[in-house]
Formats: sequence, C-alpha cells, structure tokens
Amino acid sequence: MRWNRFAAMARKEVIQIRRDARSLLIVVAMPILMMLLFGHGVSLDIKHIPTYVLDREGSQQSQDLLKRFQASEYFEVVQAVESYAALVRAIDTGRCKLGIVVPHDFSRQLQAGRTTQVQALVDATDDNTANLIFSYTEAVVRSFSREVELDWLERRGQSQAPIPLTVDARIWFNENLESKAFIVPSVVAIVMAVIGAFLTALTIAREWERGTMEQLISTPVTPLEVMLGKLVPYFAIGLFDTALCTAIGVWWFKIPFRGHVSTLFAASVLFLVVVLGLGYLISVVAKTQLAASQAALVVTFLPAFLLSGFLFATEQMPAPIRAITHIVPARYFVTILKGVFLKGSTVATLGWEMFALAVFALVIGSLATRAFRKQLS
Amino acid sequence: MNQNASSVVVESLVKRFGDFTAVDHVSFETRRGEIFGFLGPNGAGKSTTIRMLCGLLQPTSGRAQVAGFDVARQPDAVRQRIGYMSQKFSLYNDLRVGENLRFFAGLYNVDSEVLSERIHWALEMAGLAGREAALTGTLASGWKQRLALGCAVLHRPPILFLDEPTSGVDPISRRQFWDLIHRMAAEGVTVFVTTHYMDEAEYCNRLALIHRGQLVALGTPTELKQRQMKGELLLVEAEPLARAIEVLSSAPGVLDAAVFGNALHLVVPQAAPAIPALRRYLEERGLRVARLEAIEPTLEDVFVSLTSGRAEPGPEGN
Repeated sequence: MRWNRFAAMARKEVIQIRRDARSLLIVVAMPILMMLLFGHGVSLDIKHIPTYVLDREGSQQSQDLLKRFQASEYFEVVQAVESYAALVRAIDTGRCKLGIVVPHDFSRQLQAGRTTQVQALVDATDDNTANLIFSYTEAVVRSFSREVELDWLERRGQSQAPIPLTVDARIWFNENLESKAFIVPSVVAIVMAVIGAFLTALTIAREWERGTMEQLISTPVTPLEVMLGKLVPYFAIGLFDTALCTAIGVWWFKIPFRGHVSTLFAASVLFLVVVLGLGYLISVVAKTQLAASQAALVVTFLPAFLLSGFLFATEQMPAPIRAITHIVPARYFVTILKGVFLKGSTVATLGWEMFALAVFALVIGSLATRAFRKQLS
Repeated sequence: MNQNASSVVVESLVKRFGDFTAVDHVSFETRRGEIFGFLGPNGAGKSTTIRMLCGLLQPTSGRAQVAGFDVARQPDAVRQRIGYMSQKFSLYNDLRVGENLRFFAGLYNVDSEVLSERIHWALEMAGLAGREAALTGTLASGWKQRLALGCAVLHRPPILFLDEPTSGVDPISRRQFWDLIHRMAAEGVTVFVTTHYMDEAEYCNRLALIHRGQLVALGTPTELKQRQMKGELLLVEAEPLARAIEVLSSAPGVLDAAVFGNALHLVVPQAAPAIPALRRYLEERGLRVARLEAIEPTLEDVFVSLTSGRAEPGPEGN
C-alpha cells in the first residue's frame, strides 16, 4: 500500500464525481428529495376520511351524532345527501370512503329507550384502511351511545353508574403517534443504501466500459489501492449525507433526537462499509454500468426498502419472510436509527444490532478486498 | 539482472481461449534500445502477446521475462518497469490533460522532486505545453495518442509496449509519433510495437511476422525482404485483371500470384527468363499486357509469400 498511488486514485475519483452532473445530483439532491418525499408524502396515519351522510330523520339528536363525526379529526363530512342511491354512487365513484345512514326513527327509538342502529358503508378496497375506519366509526358511535345512556338514566332519577374499567395509556417514544417519526429516521438507511449501491456499483463497471481499466491495471497500482482510492470519497459522501438527512429530520420534521451523535456515527460507519462493499463487489462482477445499477437495486435498495422495517414492521411479516430479514443489513441499521432518534438508545442497548452490522462489515469488506483481480478475462 | 533490465525474453509462449489458440509457441528476444515490431493482420495474436507481456493476461504455457522478471509470477515488478499503451485510447476523457498526467505519475509513484520536470517534459513531447487545462476528451486523436505515450513513460520505463499506437491517427501525426519512438529508442528504451501497417513496419529495427498465432519470420526489414522470398518478384499489369490472375495462377514456373491494387505480383524462381515467357503465355490467351517487369519486394510481398503456402489465406483472410 503506497500513499502516492492511493492518493492518486482518490483524487481522480473526486475529480470525476465533481465533473459528473448525475453523480452530484445523486449526492446532494437525492437525500433531500427522499427526506421530503417520505417525510411528507408517506403517511401511514389515516385522518380526514372523506365521509358522506344521509340523515333520514333530520332531528336535533341525529344532527348531534353527525356533528361528532365532523368534530373528529379522523373524519371530514364532505356532503349530506338526500337518498341512499346518491350515497352508494358516492362510494362507487370514490368521492367518499365512508357513508353514514341515520334511520328515520332514530331519536324516537332512543327516547323510548330502545336500541337503534346507524348504518356505516365502508369502502374496503384497502382492507387496512377499512379496518381503521370501522373502528374509528365504532368509537364515535359508542361514545355517543354512552352519553345517551347516561342521559336516559338521569332522567329516570337513577344515579350514574361508575365506569368499571378504563385504560390509562401513556404513549412512549412517539408521543403524538405520528407515522413520520417512525419513517423519517429510517430514510437515512435508504439514502445510504442508494449512495452505496448506485454510485459505487458504477465506478469499476465504468472503467471496464470506457476501456480505461486496461491502462489502469497495466500500472503497479494494487487491488487494495484501487478499492480504497475509489471507496474513500464515497465513504465521505455517505457520512455527509447521513449528517444532511439527520439535520433535515431534526430541524425540518422536528423529529426528536434523543440518543448520542456518536452512536449514530458508529452505526453509520459500519453500515457504510457494508453498502460500499456490496456496491464494489457488484461493480467488479458486473462489468457494465447497466447490469451493475440493476444488480445494486436488487441487492441493496429493495431489501432496505421492503425488508428492513422501514415501512413494514418486520414483526408482522410471515415467518419465512421474517427469517430472510435477518440477512438484510439495513434491518439492523433501521432498528438502530429508530432507537437513536426516538428512544435515546446507546451502543450498549443496541449491542446486538451493532454486532450484526460489524459482522456484515467484516465479511463484505474482506470479500471486497479480494474481489478485484488485475487481469483481463 | 542489469543486462536484463531492458530486455524481453519469450520462450514458447502459448495462450488458449477455450479451443482457440491465440498465441502458439512464440519465442523471441529483444535487445536494449531496439524497436521491435510485431507485424500481422488483425486477429493474428499481437495484442494477446503484448497483454501477456504486460501481465494483463495469464499465459497458458511457456515463459516470458520482461526487465528480468517473470510476467506470470512477478507481474507488479514488471509493471513498474514498463510503459504500456493499449490499442484503444484509454486515458480519462473527463480529466484535464494535467490531471491525467498527475494521475499516472501518482500510480507509478514518481518522486515528487522530479514530478513537475517529468510532467513538463511529457507536455513538451506531446506538443501540449500550455494546454494542461484542456479536457482530454476535447483533444484531436493525434494529441490524445501522444498524451497517452506521455502518461506511459512518466516513470522512465526501460521498456515500452505500444499496441497499434497509430491506428486511427492521421498520417502527419503518425509520422510525428514515430519520430518520438525513434528518439526514445536512441536514449536506450526498448520499444515493443505492434502494427498491421506494412509501411510502419519499415521503421522498426527488427520485425517478427505473426500469422494465426505463430511467428513465421524474424529479422530486420531488409533481411526479411532478401531472404524470406522464395524467388524473385515480377509486377504484371494486364487486361482484364480477373482473367489474368486466373491464367497466371496455373502458368508454368509461377510459384505465387497475388493482387496488389490494380496489378499482380508474381513470385518466380528467376526473373530474367520468366519475363518473355510469361508475356507470350498471356498474349497467346488473348490478354493485353501493359507492364511486366522485375521489382524489389516489399514487406507485404514477403508476408504474402510466407503465409500463402499455409493452409489459410493471407492477411485479407481475417
């Protein structure tokens, strides 16, 4: 390992990145874009469900119930319709997800102390959303029903029966139950997977494709010098982008950062070694830029996106898929990121994840140092 | 080892790709400060040989020593002592002229004390002084070629390997390039150069003719022209040409007949008696003879003569 040769490789790589508009775009614009896209665009919360109502009675009490829906942040009463057919049409055309029908004898039945029913039509195209809509609707109706019941007892001179059981819920780590607090920290992992995968995967393949490799390997430069010279600039870029994403998360999205920067730094270094090593391995094998970028997508980006717990909790995956997630390095990094941001976890409490990342880094790093041979095939 | 420092010794070198034998038991030695040409058609095995000598390809069998080191076992020791220019231009087009030079100087570990002097020298040599800031991709091919040569010799290698260095370069740039090669050889650098241009081959001190992976002749251009011909050479211009070659191929005393431009070159045992005999032979068969005379053979004649006896056709056959 000669410093001169390593420095020449690294300097050349930096010049080429600086002169390549596409690389610069990926380095600077992509992290910002991804943060904004996932931070603002992807929301797993369901709020302001478009709702149509059909009030067949039009009494004080029926309007009372419907106002409860309007008052809740989960529903948005878009329109009151006059016929059942209009309601069905609204659901068919997707203008609303929920239709509430109040029967014509609603208040009379209640006054008489009898049970009455409110109909809810739910668009269950997306079953998850439909389940949520159903339980929110039930909650609104139940609380209304409880009040009617108390009112009825009171008017009969009976004392209020105490509510036997309540839940005293204290929500930890994501106090406002916002999905962006869950998503934004993990975007760092996605950004780093893309930086490591795409940019690095292209570097060696590009040399083969442009024919510069033949001249390069005719010099005394060693495979280790080639690898380090090529990866060190991308390593620096990866750390820069981690800092950039963290800054956007904390200052723009106001995501709490409760852990220590050193924990984030240590985990990022390990994860960067993993993704840069993977990108480099792909590049050495692929020999064309097209094949390399596609392989990078499949090997690093997709697993980081789908199997890391970024959007879909790994605990809820079917057992075989969950087993696969154990060999996805991003899974450990995502756990660390969420822990550092939201829980204030330390290296000690993240011991297992750190260890797993270190093992990946060691294995992939040493494979990468052996992968490149200074030979034409 | 010192006497080996600028030599290339090749013994029975073989390279096979599957069933195909690209280089077939080639042996030769070069001397210090000579321009050693490897002449042959495309696909003859020239680039494969040069790549093995630079440690870029592993030989299938045989041995090659470059600058005293075995190319298969000590490739990096070889690489520090050679300069190599590949057939395809392979500097970085998105780097400036000066950046390419500094990059290769770094890879060859050129001492910082002599670095600026060497870069200055390379720029002068390539005729690029004052154009260090130009993007390499914007240079014309002649300049690119000389810059590539400059990058290959920054570390003053005693041996230089040039693979078809002038392909795709205009005639004036080609001439300038060969002047540079001669100057370096005069300073004691051994230059190993492949070419398929017969006229360029004349600039070499010694030539190896390679055909289908085999070395078919070795010597100075003059030696090859004098000794390797199987007889004497006649030039024939006759109408119509296609019929002339048909008739002459089977004429008595004609060892070989080949088309060169709009004329025929014939190889005969002795020129003087053959001229009147062949003129009569052609005229009896209704052909008009415009010219029929003895000429000095060129390297191309030598090449055709040496390869036509083999099972396969000559250079055009590839």
